[in-house]
Amino acid sequence: MKRSILLEGQKFQITIQRLCHQLIENHADFSDSVIVGIQPRGIYLGRRIAEELKQIPGLAAVAYGELDITFFRDDFRRKDSGLLVPSSTSMDFIVEGKKVILMDDVLWTGRTIRAAMDALQAFGRPEKIELLVLVDRRFSRQLPIEPDYIGIQVDSIDSQRVIVSWDEVDAHDRITLLTEKDN
Amino acid sequence: MTASNRQLSTQHLLGIKDLQAGDIQLIFETADNFKDVLNRPIKKVPSLRDITIANIFFENSTRTRLSFELAEKRLSADTINFAASSSSVSKGETLIDTVNNILAMKVDMIVMRHPYPGAGIFLSRHVDAQIVNAGDGAHEHPTQALLDAFSIRERLGDVSGKKVAIIGDILHSRVALSNILCLRKLGAEVMVCGPTTLIPKYISSLGVKVEYNLVNALKWCDVANMLRIQLERQDMAYFPSLREYSMLYGLNKRLLDSLDKEITIMHPGPVNRGVEITSDVADSRHSIILDQVENGVAIRMAVLYLLASKRG
Repeated sequence: MKRSILLEGQKFQITIQRLCHQLIENHADFSDSVIVGIQPRGIYLGRRIAEELKQIPGLAAVAYGELDITFFRDDFRRKDSGLLVPSSTSMDFIVEGKKVILMDDVLWTGRTIRAAMDALQAFGRPEKIELLVLVDRRFSRQLPIEPDYIGIQVDSIDSQRVIVSWDEVDAHDRITLLTEKDN
Repeated sequence: MTASNRQLSTQHLLGIKDLQAGDIQLIFETADNFKDVLNRPIKKVPSLRDITIANIFFENSTRTRLSFELAEKRLSADTINFAASSSSVSKGETLIDTVNNILAMKVDMIVMRHPYPGAGIFLSRHVDAQIVNAGDGAHEHPTQALLDAFSIRERLGDVSGKKVAIIGDILHSRVALSNILCLRKLGAEVMVCGPTTLIPKYISSLGVKVEYNLVNALKWCDVANMLRIQLERQDMAYFPSLREYSMLYGLNKRLLDSLDKEITIMHPGPVNRGVEITSDVADSRHSIILDQVENGVAIRMAVLYLLASKRG
Protein backbone atom coordinates (compact mmCIF):
# COMPACT_ATOMS: atom_id res chain seq x y z
CA MET A 1 0.00 0.00 0.00
CA LYS A 2 1.49 3.30 -1.13
CA ARG A 3 0.42 6.50 0.60
CA SER A 4 0.92 9.92 -0.87
CA ILE A 5 -0.14 13.02 0.97
CA LEU A 6 -2.02 15.45 -1.24
CA LEU A 7 -2.67 18.22 1.24
CA GLU A 8 -1.93 18.92 4.91
CA GLY A 9 -0.91 21.52 7.48
CA GLN A 10 -1.07 25.16 6.53
CA LYS A 11 -2.06 24.49 2.92
CA PHE A 12 -5.06 22.53 4.17
CA GLN A 13 -6.10 25.51 6.27
CA ILE A 14 -5.60 27.94 3.37
CA THR A 15 -7.82 25.77 1.17
CA ILE A 16 -10.60 25.81 3.76
CA GLN A 17 -10.35 29.59 4.02
CA ARG A 18 -10.40 30.01 0.25
CA LEU A 19 -13.60 27.95 0.10
CA CYS A 20 -15.12 30.19 2.80
CA HIS A 21 -14.32 33.31 0.83
CA GLN A 22 -15.69 31.86 -2.38
CA LEU A 23 -18.92 31.14 -0.50
CA ILE A 24 -19.09 34.72 0.79
CA GLU A 25 -18.70 36.04 -2.77
CA ASN A 26 -21.87 34.24 -3.77
CA HIS A 27 -23.90 34.30 -0.58
CA ALA A 28 -22.94 37.63 1.01
CA ASP A 29 -24.52 37.57 4.49
CA PHE A 30 -26.01 34.03 4.24
CA SER A 31 -29.47 35.33 5.17
CA ASP A 32 -31.09 33.10 2.51
CA SER A 33 -28.49 30.36 2.55
CA VAL A 34 -27.96 27.26 4.65
CA ILE A 35 -25.03 24.88 4.93
CA VAL A 36 -25.70 21.14 5.02
CA GLY A 37 -23.00 18.58 5.78
CA ILE A 38 -23.60 15.07 4.45
CA GLN A 39 -23.25 12.21 6.93
CA PRO A 40 -21.05 10.47 7.81
CA ARG A 41 -17.83 12.24 6.67
CA GLY A 42 -19.09 15.47 5.12
CA ILE A 43 -20.11 16.82 8.51
CA TYR A 44 -16.52 17.55 9.53
CA LEU A 45 -16.03 19.74 6.46
CA GLY A 46 -19.44 21.36 7.03
CA ARG A 47 -18.71 22.07 10.69
CA ARG A 48 -15.26 23.46 9.92
CA ILE A 49 -16.55 25.82 7.25
CA ALA A 50 -19.55 26.92 9.34
CA GLU A 51 -17.17 27.65 12.23
CA GLU A 52 -14.76 29.64 10.03
CA LEU A 53 -17.63 31.66 8.61
CA LYS A 54 -18.97 32.46 12.08
CA GLN A 55 -15.64 34.11 12.93
CA ILE A 56 -16.28 36.68 10.22
CA PRO A 57 -18.18 39.78 11.41
CA GLY A 58 -21.84 39.72 10.36
CA LEU A 59 -21.96 35.98 9.75
CA ALA A 60 -22.43 34.73 13.31
CA ALA A 61 -25.86 33.28 12.52
CA VAL A 62 -24.96 31.00 9.60
CA ALA A 63 -27.45 28.12 9.58
CA TYR A 64 -25.85 24.68 9.62
CA GLY A 65 -27.45 21.22 9.44
CA GLU A 66 -26.38 17.61 9.01
CA LEU A 67 -28.14 15.27 6.63
CA ASP A 68 -28.12 11.47 6.66
CA ILE A 69 -28.81 9.95 3.26
CA THR A 70 -28.71 6.24 4.09
CA PHE A 71 -32.38 5.58 3.37
CA PHE A 72 -32.12 7.37 0.03
CA ARG A 73 -29.13 5.50 -1.40
CA ASP A 74 -29.63 3.53 -4.59
CA ASP A 75 -27.30 0.70 -3.55
CA PHE A 76 -29.44 -0.65 -0.69
CA ARG A 77 -29.23 -4.48 -0.86
CA ARG A 78 -26.61 -4.24 -3.62
CA LYS A 79 -23.46 -3.58 -1.64
CA ASP A 80 -21.19 -6.43 -0.65
CA SER A 81 -20.55 -4.60 2.58
CA GLY A 82 -24.07 -5.51 3.66
CA LEU A 83 -26.35 -3.27 5.65
CA LEU A 84 -26.07 0.49 5.42
CA VAL A 85 -26.27 1.71 8.99
CA PRO A 86 -27.74 5.21 9.27
CA SER A 87 -26.22 8.19 11.07
CA SER A 88 -28.25 10.99 12.59
CA THR A 89 -29.87 13.89 10.82
CA SER A 90 -30.11 17.28 12.50
CA MET A 91 -31.84 19.89 10.42
CA ASP A 92 -33.57 22.43 12.64
CA PHE A 93 -34.67 24.59 9.74
CA ILE A 94 -36.86 24.24 6.65
CA VAL A 95 -35.02 24.65 3.35
CA GLU A 96 -38.09 25.97 1.51
CA GLY A 97 -36.97 28.91 -0.65
CA LYS A 98 -33.40 28.77 0.69
CA LYS A 99 -30.11 28.36 -1.14
CA VAL A 100 -28.64 25.12 0.14
CA ILE A 101 -24.91 24.42 0.00
CA LEU A 102 -24.31 20.68 0.29
CA MET A 103 -20.89 19.73 1.60
CA ASP A 104 -19.03 16.44 1.37
CA ASP A 105 -15.40 15.52 1.76
CA VAL A 106 -14.84 13.56 -1.45
CA LEU A 107 -16.84 13.66 -4.69
CA TRP A 108 -16.35 10.47 -6.66
CA THR A 109 -19.22 8.77 -8.52
CA GLY A 110 -21.80 11.41 -7.63
CA ARG A 111 -24.27 8.88 -6.24
CA THR A 112 -24.11 10.21 -2.68
CA ILE A 113 -24.94 13.69 -3.95
CA ARG A 114 -27.92 12.38 -5.92
CA ALA A 115 -29.21 10.68 -2.77
CA ALA A 116 -28.58 13.87 -0.77
CA MET A 117 -30.67 15.91 -3.21
CA ASP A 118 -33.49 13.37 -2.78
CA ALA A 119 -33.16 13.39 1.01
CA LEU A 120 -33.25 17.18 1.04
CA GLN A 121 -36.73 17.19 -0.53
CA ALA A 122 -38.13 16.00 2.80
CA PHE A 123 -37.26 19.41 4.25
CA GLY A 124 -38.91 21.53 1.58
CA ARG A 125 -38.18 22.86 -1.91
CA PRO A 126 -34.92 24.80 -1.93
CA GLU A 127 -34.52 27.72 -4.31
CA LYS A 128 -31.14 26.42 -5.33
CA ILE A 129 -28.74 23.62 -4.39
CA GLU A 130 -24.99 24.10 -4.65
CA LEU A 131 -22.23 21.60 -3.98
CA LEU A 132 -18.96 22.16 -2.17
CA VAL A 133 -16.39 19.38 -1.95
CA LEU A 134 -12.91 19.29 -0.51
CA VAL A 135 -11.65 16.70 -3.02
CA ASP A 136 -12.96 16.28 -6.55
CA ARG A 137 -11.90 12.96 -8.07
CA ARG A 138 -12.07 14.04 -11.69
CA PHE A 139 -13.26 11.87 -14.60
CA SER A 140 -14.86 9.27 -12.33
CA ARG A 141 -18.48 10.43 -12.29
CA GLN A 142 -21.32 7.97 -12.91
CA LEU A 143 -23.98 10.70 -12.84
CA PRO A 144 -24.09 14.19 -14.36
CA ILE A 145 -23.13 16.00 -11.15
CA GLU A 146 -20.42 18.68 -10.86
CA PRO A 147 -19.34 20.70 -7.82
CA ASP A 148 -19.63 24.51 -7.57
CA TYR A 149 -16.72 24.88 -5.13
CA ILE A 150 -13.68 22.61 -5.11
CA GLY A 151 -10.86 22.31 -2.57
CA ILE A 152 -8.47 20.29 -4.72
CA GLN A 153 -8.85 18.20 -7.86
CA VAL A 154 -7.33 14.74 -8.02
CA ASP A 155 -6.81 12.44 -10.99
CA SER A 156 -7.14 8.91 -9.71
CA ILE A 157 -8.13 5.44 -10.83
CA ASP A 158 -10.92 3.33 -9.35
CA SER A 159 -8.69 1.09 -7.24
CA GLN A 160 -7.15 4.08 -5.45
CA ARG A 161 -8.76 5.60 -2.40
CA VAL A 162 -8.83 9.18 -1.19
CA ILE A 163 -8.98 9.60 2.59
CA VAL A 164 -9.68 12.91 4.29
CA SER A 165 -8.62 13.00 7.96
CA TRP A 166 -9.79 15.68 10.37
CA ASP A 167 -8.08 17.09 13.40
CA GLU A 168 -11.27 16.64 15.48
CA VAL A 169 -11.51 12.87 14.99
CA ASP A 170 -8.25 11.67 13.42
CA ALA A 171 -5.75 13.97 15.21
CA HIS A 172 -4.58 15.75 12.02
CA ASP A 173 -5.91 17.56 8.95
CA ARG A 174 -4.74 15.66 5.90
CA ILE A 175 -5.79 14.37 2.49
CA THR A 176 -4.15 11.08 1.54
CA LEU A 177 -4.19 9.07 -1.69
CA LEU A 178 -3.90 5.31 -1.12
CA THR A 179 -2.64 3.10 -3.93
CA GLU A 180 -2.48 -0.69 -3.91
CA LYS A 181 1.17 -1.84 -4.26
CA ASP A 182 0.83 -3.74 -7.50
CA ASN A 183 -0.48 -0.75 -9.42
CA MET B 1 -18.23 4.65 4.73
CA THR B 2 -17.45 4.52 8.40
CA ALA B 3 -20.69 2.63 8.92
CA SER B 4 -19.98 -0.80 10.31
CA ASN B 5 -21.24 -3.95 8.71
CA ARG B 6 -23.72 -4.67 11.47
CA GLN B 7 -26.51 -6.99 10.54
CA LEU B 8 -29.31 -8.86 12.22
CA SER B 9 -28.33 -12.42 13.08
CA THR B 10 -31.64 -13.81 11.78
CA GLN B 11 -33.38 -14.00 8.40
CA HIS B 12 -36.87 -13.80 9.90
CA LEU B 13 -38.38 -12.17 12.96
CA LEU B 14 -40.22 -15.11 14.47
CA GLY B 15 -39.74 -14.34 18.13
CA ILE B 16 -37.53 -12.47 20.58
CA LYS B 17 -36.10 -15.87 21.53
CA ASP B 18 -34.00 -15.94 18.32
CA LEU B 19 -32.58 -12.44 18.78
CA GLN B 20 -29.36 -11.50 20.51
CA ALA B 21 -28.97 -8.40 22.65
CA GLY B 22 -26.90 -6.85 19.84
CA ASP B 23 -29.75 -7.38 17.37
CA ILE B 24 -32.15 -5.57 19.69
CA GLN B 25 -29.74 -2.65 20.09
CA LEU B 26 -29.32 -2.45 16.32
CA ILE B 27 -33.11 -2.37 15.89
CA PHE B 28 -33.36 0.42 18.49
CA GLU B 29 -30.63 2.53 16.88
CA THR B 30 -32.26 2.15 13.47
CA ALA B 31 -35.67 2.97 14.95
CA ASP B 32 -34.22 6.20 16.42
CA ASN B 33 -33.47 7.28 12.86
CA PHE B 34 -36.89 6.28 11.60
CA LYS B 35 -38.58 8.12 14.45
CA ASP B 36 -36.71 11.18 13.25
CA VAL B 37 -38.01 10.56 9.71
CA LEU B 38 -41.57 10.27 11.05
CA ASN B 39 -41.34 13.75 12.55
CA ARG B 40 -40.38 15.41 9.27
CA PRO B 41 -42.79 17.26 6.97
CA ILE B 42 -42.40 14.41 4.45
CA LYS B 43 -42.48 11.17 6.40
CA LYS B 44 -41.32 8.81 3.72
CA VAL B 45 -38.06 7.26 2.54
CA PRO B 46 -37.53 5.21 -0.63
CA SER B 47 -35.48 2.35 0.90
CA LEU B 48 -37.88 -0.54 0.20
CA ARG B 49 -39.32 0.66 -3.10
CA ASP B 50 -38.52 -2.66 -4.79
CA ILE B 51 -39.95 -4.85 -2.04
CA THR B 52 -43.48 -6.22 -1.85
CA ILE B 53 -44.90 -7.19 1.53
CA ALA B 54 -48.03 -9.20 2.22
CA ASN B 55 -49.82 -8.65 5.51
CA ILE B 56 -51.76 -11.79 6.25
CA PHE B 57 -53.91 -11.73 9.32
CA PHE B 58 -55.68 -14.90 10.42
CA GLU B 59 -56.79 -13.13 13.58
CA ASN B 60 -58.34 -9.73 14.20
CA SER B 61 -56.09 -6.76 14.74
CA THR B 62 -56.41 -3.03 14.35
CA ARG B 63 -53.33 -1.44 15.87
CA THR B 64 -50.73 -3.96 14.76
CA ARG B 65 -52.06 -4.23 11.21
CA LEU B 66 -52.30 -0.46 10.76
CA SER B 67 -48.89 0.03 12.33
CA PHE B 68 -47.26 -2.52 10.01
CA GLU B 69 -49.05 -1.14 6.98
CA LEU B 70 -48.01 2.40 7.79
CA ALA B 71 -44.42 1.30 8.43
CA GLU B 72 -44.35 -0.45 5.04
CA LYS B 73 -45.77 2.59 3.27
CA ARG B 74 -43.33 4.98 4.95
CA LEU B 75 -40.55 2.78 3.56
CA SER B 76 -42.12 2.91 0.07
CA ALA B 77 -42.75 -0.87 -0.04
CA ASP B 78 -45.71 -2.20 -2.02
CA THR B 79 -48.24 -3.85 0.26
CA ILE B 80 -51.11 -6.25 -0.08
CA ASN B 81 -53.50 -7.08 2.72
CA PHE B 82 -55.24 -10.29 3.37
CA ALA B 83 -57.75 -11.09 6.06
CA ALA B 84 -58.54 -14.75 6.57
CA SER B 85 -62.22 -14.16 7.16
CA SER B 86 -62.78 -13.08 3.54
CA SER B 87 -60.46 -15.56 1.83
CA SER B 88 -60.12 -19.07 0.50
CA VAL B 89 -58.99 -20.22 3.94
CA SER B 90 -62.67 -20.61 4.69
CA LYS B 91 -62.85 -22.94 1.66
CA GLY B 92 -60.29 -25.28 3.26
CA GLU B 93 -56.97 -24.15 1.76
CA THR B 94 -53.90 -25.03 3.85
CA LEU B 95 -51.59 -22.36 5.26
CA ILE B 96 -48.66 -23.37 3.03
CA ASP B 97 -50.84 -23.35 -0.09
CA THR B 98 -52.28 -19.97 0.79
CA VAL B 99 -48.87 -18.46 1.33
CA ASN B 100 -47.28 -20.09 -1.73
CA ASN B 101 -50.08 -18.70 -3.86
CA ILE B 102 -49.35 -15.25 -2.52
CA LEU B 103 -45.62 -15.73 -3.11
CA ALA B 104 -46.29 -16.83 -6.71
CA MET B 105 -47.37 -13.24 -7.25
CA LYS B 106 -43.76 -12.18 -6.45
CA VAL B 107 -44.04 -11.16 -2.83
CA ASP B 108 -40.80 -10.78 -0.85
CA MET B 109 -41.88 -10.63 2.78
CA ILE B 110 -44.78 -11.92 4.82
CA VAL B 111 -46.12 -10.27 7.96
CA MET B 112 -48.38 -12.81 9.63
CA ARG B 113 -50.65 -13.03 12.60
CA HIS B 114 -52.07 -16.44 13.32
CA PRO B 115 -54.05 -17.95 16.21
CA TYR B 116 -51.76 -21.00 16.45
CA PRO B 117 -48.47 -20.79 18.38
CA GLY B 118 -45.48 -21.46 16.13
CA ALA B 119 -47.35 -20.79 12.87
CA GLY B 120 -44.61 -18.38 11.75
CA ILE B 121 -41.83 -20.84 12.58
CA PHE B 122 -43.64 -23.57 10.65
CA LEU B 123 -44.10 -21.28 7.66
CA SER B 124 -40.47 -20.15 7.66
CA ARG B 125 -39.39 -23.75 7.16
CA HIS B 126 -41.67 -24.40 4.21
CA VAL B 127 -41.81 -21.27 2.10
CA ASP B 128 -39.21 -19.08 0.46
CA ALA B 129 -39.93 -15.67 1.94
CA GLN B 130 -38.93 -13.68 4.97
CA ILE B 131 -41.47 -13.97 7.77
CA VAL B 132 -42.28 -11.36 10.38
CA ASN B 133 -44.38 -12.69 13.22
CA ALA B 134 -47.13 -10.23 14.13
CA GLY B 135 -48.41 -12.48 16.91
CA ASP B 136 -48.84 -16.26 16.95
CA GLY B 137 -51.43 -17.47 19.43
CA ALA B 138 -50.22 -17.29 23.02
CA HIS B 139 -46.59 -17.70 21.93
CA GLU B 140 -44.77 -14.50 20.85
CA HIS B 141 -45.44 -10.97 19.61
CA PRO B 142 -41.89 -9.75 19.00
CA THR B 143 -42.53 -6.28 17.55
CA GLN B 144 -44.75 -5.40 20.53
CA ALA B 145 -41.99 -6.37 22.95
CA LEU B 146 -39.45 -4.37 20.96
CA LEU B 147 -41.60 -1.25 20.94
CA ASP B 148 -42.34 -1.67 24.66
CA ALA B 149 -38.64 -1.88 25.52
CA PHE B 150 -37.91 0.99 23.09
CA SER B 151 -40.53 3.12 24.88
CA ILE B 152 -39.00 2.31 28.28
CA ARG B 153 -35.57 3.26 26.91
CA GLU B 154 -37.01 6.53 25.59
CA ARG B 155 -38.72 7.39 28.89
CA LEU B 156 -36.12 6.20 31.40
CA GLY B 157 -32.94 6.49 29.32
CA ASP B 158 -32.03 2.84 29.52
CA VAL B 159 -33.63 -0.57 29.93
CA SER B 160 -30.76 -2.26 31.72
CA GLY B 161 -31.20 -2.36 35.50
CA LYS B 162 -34.82 -1.15 35.39
CA LYS B 163 -37.53 -3.06 37.24
CA VAL B 164 -40.51 -3.92 35.09
CA ALA B 165 -43.68 -5.54 36.40
CA ILE B 166 -45.95 -7.26 33.89
CA ILE B 167 -49.38 -7.42 35.41
CA GLY B 168 -52.47 -9.37 34.41
CA ASP B 169 -53.15 -12.38 32.24
CA ILE B 170 -49.68 -13.87 31.83
CA LEU B 171 -50.99 -17.30 30.84
CA HIS B 172 -52.65 -16.30 27.57
CA SER B 173 -50.38 -13.44 26.70
CA ARG B 174 -47.89 -13.50 23.84
CA VAL B 175 -47.02 -9.94 24.81
CA ALA B 176 -45.92 -11.15 28.25
CA LEU B 177 -43.64 -13.90 26.93
CA SER B 178 -41.99 -11.68 24.30
CA ASN B 179 -41.62 -8.87 26.82
CA ILE B 180 -39.99 -11.13 29.41
CA LEU B 181 -37.48 -12.46 26.88
CA CYS B 182 -36.73 -9.01 25.47
CA LEU B 183 -36.34 -7.25 28.82
CA ARG B 184 -34.18 -10.03 30.23
CA LYS B 185 -31.87 -9.87 27.19
CA LEU B 186 -31.52 -6.14 27.74
CA GLY B 187 -30.64 -6.61 31.41
CA ALA B 188 -33.86 -5.48 33.09
CA GLU B 189 -35.37 -7.17 36.11
CA VAL B 190 -38.82 -8.56 35.43
CA MET B 191 -41.68 -9.49 37.72
CA VAL B 192 -44.99 -11.01 36.70
CA CYS B 193 -48.09 -10.39 38.79
CA GLY B 194 -51.63 -11.70 38.51
CA PRO B 195 -54.10 -14.20 39.89
CA THR B 196 -52.60 -17.66 40.53
CA THR B 197 -54.73 -19.16 37.79
CA LEU B 198 -53.35 -16.76 35.16
CA ILE B 199 -49.66 -17.30 35.96
CA PRO B 200 -47.99 -20.30 34.30
CA LYS B 201 -46.61 -22.76 36.83
CA TYR B 202 -42.96 -22.74 35.70
CA ILE B 203 -42.72 -19.09 34.64
CA SER B 204 -39.91 -18.44 37.15
CA SER B 205 -37.63 -20.62 34.98
CA LEU B 206 -37.48 -17.63 32.61
CA GLY B 207 -35.69 -15.70 35.33
CA VAL B 208 -38.63 -13.62 36.51
CA LYS B 209 -40.00 -12.91 39.96
CA VAL B 210 -43.58 -13.95 40.69
CA GLU B 211 -45.92 -11.89 42.85
CA TYR B 212 -49.61 -12.36 43.51
CA ASN B 213 -50.22 -9.06 45.27
CA LEU B 214 -50.58 -5.98 43.07
CA VAL B 215 -49.53 -3.48 45.74
CA ASN B 216 -46.25 -5.34 46.38
CA ALA B 217 -45.55 -5.45 42.63
CA LEU B 218 -46.17 -1.72 42.25
CA LYS B 219 -43.94 -0.92 45.22
CA TRP B 220 -41.13 -2.90 43.61
CA CYS B 221 -41.27 -1.72 40.03
CA ASP B 222 -40.17 1.32 37.96
CA VAL B 223 -42.50 0.42 35.11
CA ALA B 224 -45.87 -1.34 35.24
CA ASN B 225 -47.02 -2.97 32.01
CA MET B 226 -50.74 -3.64 32.45
CA LEU B 227 -51.91 -6.43 30.18
CA ARG B 228 -55.40 -6.70 28.77
CA ILE B 229 -57.68 -9.37 30.12
CA GLN B 230 -58.19 -11.41 26.96
CA LEU B 231 -61.86 -12.14 27.21
CA GLU B 232 -61.77 -14.04 23.89
CA ARG B 233 -59.21 -16.52 25.24
CA GLN B 234 -60.98 -17.22 28.54
CA ASP B 235 -62.51 -20.55 27.56
CA MET B 236 -62.98 -21.41 31.22
CA ALA B 237 -63.37 -19.30 34.33
CA TYR B 238 -59.94 -18.32 35.59
CA PHE B 239 -61.33 -15.83 38.08
CA PRO B 240 -64.80 -15.40 39.60
CA SER B 241 -65.80 -12.13 37.95
CA LEU B 242 -64.39 -9.15 36.08
CA ARG B 243 -65.43 -6.96 38.98
CA GLU B 244 -63.41 -9.01 41.41
CA TYR B 245 -60.41 -9.02 39.07
CA SER B 246 -60.67 -5.27 38.72
CA MET B 247 -60.78 -4.81 42.50
CA LEU B 248 -57.69 -6.97 43.10
CA TYR B 249 -55.58 -6.33 39.98
CA GLY B 250 -56.98 -3.14 38.47
CA LEU B 251 -54.72 -0.09 38.57
CA ASN B 252 -56.37 3.12 39.76
CA LYS B 253 -55.38 6.63 40.78
CA ARG B 254 -55.74 5.97 44.51
CA LEU B 255 -53.32 3.04 44.33
CA LEU B 256 -50.86 5.04 42.28
CA ASP B 257 -51.00 7.98 44.71
CA SER B 258 -50.36 5.69 47.68
CA LEU B 259 -46.89 4.84 46.30
CA ASP B 260 -43.99 6.98 47.49
CA LYS B 261 -42.53 7.17 43.95
CA GLU B 262 -43.61 7.75 40.38
CA ILE B 263 -43.87 4.77 38.10
CA THR B 264 -44.36 4.59 34.35
CA ILE B 265 -47.56 2.96 33.13
CA MET B 266 -47.73 0.95 29.91
CA HIS B 267 -50.45 -1.00 28.16
CA PRO B 268 -50.20 -2.88 24.85
CA GLY B 269 -53.85 -2.11 24.00
CA PRO B 270 -56.67 -2.36 23.40
CA VAL B 271 -57.47 -1.00 26.86
CA ASN B 272 -60.43 -2.38 28.81
CA ARG B 273 -61.05 0.85 30.67
CA GLY B 274 -62.24 0.20 34.20
CA VAL B 275 -61.01 -3.41 34.21
CA GLU B 276 -57.18 -3.61 34.32
CA ILE B 277 -56.70 0.15 34.36
CA THR B 278 -58.96 3.11 35.13
CA SER B 279 -59.36 6.06 32.78
CA ASP B 280 -57.68 8.57 35.08
CA VAL B 281 -54.53 6.41 35.13
CA ALA B 282 -54.60 5.54 31.42
CA ASP B 283 -54.78 9.23 30.51
CA SER B 284 -52.36 10.49 33.17
CA ARG B 285 -48.88 11.85 32.53
CA HIS B 286 -47.42 8.62 33.95
CA SER B 287 -48.92 6.70 31.08
CA ILE B 288 -46.90 6.19 27.88
CA ILE B 289 -49.61 4.19 26.12
CA LEU B 290 -49.78 6.51 23.11
CA ASP B 291 -45.97 6.80 22.92
CA GLN B 292 -45.95 3.03 22.58
CA VAL B 293 -48.26 3.28 19.57
CA GLU B 294 -46.15 6.04 18.02
CA ASN B 295 -42.93 4.08 18.56
CA GLY B 296 -44.57 0.99 17.06
CA VAL B 297 -44.33 2.40 13.55
CA ALA B 298 -40.64 3.34 13.93
CA ILE B 299 -39.77 -0.09 15.40
CA ARG B 300 -41.59 -1.93 12.61
CA MET B 301 -39.86 0.23 9.99
CA ALA B 302 -36.53 -0.70 11.57
CA VAL B 303 -37.36 -4.42 11.60
CA LEU B 304 -38.53 -4.44 7.98
CA TYR B 305 -35.56 -2.34 6.83
CA LEU B 306 -33.03 -4.53 8.60
CA LEU B 307 -34.60 -7.76 7.38
CA ALA B 308 -34.90 -6.48 3.80
CA SER B 309 -31.20 -5.62 3.81
CA LYS B 310 -30.49 -9.34 4.27
CA ARG B 311 -32.06 -10.22 0.93
CA GLY B 312 -29.14 -10.41 -1.47
